[in-house]
Amino acid sequence: MGHKIIATGRSATGIPTGRLAVWWVIASEIVIFGGLIATYLLNRFLHGSWAESAAYTNTFIGGANTFWLLTSSYFVVLAHSAAEKRDAKTARKYLWYTIGLGGMFMGFKSYEYATEISHGFTLFTSNFWSFYYTATGLHGFHVLCGMVIMAIIAENDIKKERNWHRVENIGLYWHFVDIVWIFLFPLLYIAK
Amino acid sequence: MASHSHPSYLKIYIMLLVLFVISVAGPEIADIMKLEGATRLILVLITAFGIALVKAYYVLAYFMHLKFEKIYAPYILLSMVALLFVFFFGTATDAMKSEGHNWEKTPIVLPEDKGFDHHDDHGDHSHDDHSGHDH
Repeated sequence: MGHKIIATGRSATGIPTGRLAVWWVIASEIVIFGGLIATYLLNRFLHGSWAESAAYTNTFIGGANTFWLLTSSYFVVLAHSAAEKRDAKTARKYLWYTIGLGGMFMGFKSYEYATEISHGFTLFTSNFWSFYYTATGLHGFHVLCGMVIMAIIAENDIKKERNWHRVENIGLYWHFVDIVWIFLFPLLYIAK
Repeated sequence: MASHSHPSYLKIYIMLLVLFVISVAGPEIADIMKLEGATRLILVLITAFGIALVKAYYVLAYFMHLKFEKIYAPYILLSMVALLFVFFFGTATDAMKSEGHNWEKTPIVLPEDKGFDHHDDHGDHSHDDHSGHDH
């Protein structure tokens, strides 16, 4: 499958300006989420109670959310592929599928939060739960932002058959949000 | 992006799903086989975190096309990962050891750690038999 440059603009790196900007956004996100994950690892090594607390997270919901995000990553790459072929209908369809799966993720996450809070695990229960809500909350916020941006691109750009490169740019961001979850999932749900 | 060929997206997606199933199955298999201690730890580390790394690689390389991107993009990302390692190893020795050449850490017990059996050797709580260089 061939790829051609669909964004214009000058750049010393040879990377279209918009995409280069997204790489820099992702670079800064690596430090934000990576710092959180490194902090989690240190605490997990230090405090036996963290492993005990992690045993209360719901693996089924965590697993389902992993599935939604992996599948949405697949859809957004199909949207990108369609955008390269200037197929607005298909690109919009897959963008909306991705938004739908992001919605599934947020729905499951909300249910999970509600269950945990009703069982007494709140932001202030312990350091583990503070971390849990901070990391998953920040990640969930990224999912929400991605959904909003994707809806704008689908309806404001692709529907009007312009700014095709934005599909790839939001795709890169979305994949990164997926990668963050790939690491949060074993940390919070699997390693018990 | 330059012209290139890559495996079909569907194949990558299916591979990611298979890896996901293995990562969830790892600790379950450890429970079924009644694995304990180091064996269980190794199995969980490989199936959970080893596979997370492989999954992240496939998403980065093929979904994000990093494998076919200009070299600057991976350099940008790798420099940030290097910074993370500086952060982790810069603070890990301080966090995980209870004493050093010229310092000794005041033991801190988290409220939720009270009464918790610190049988592992990772603790920051100074013990008489702890020389502080267990890592």
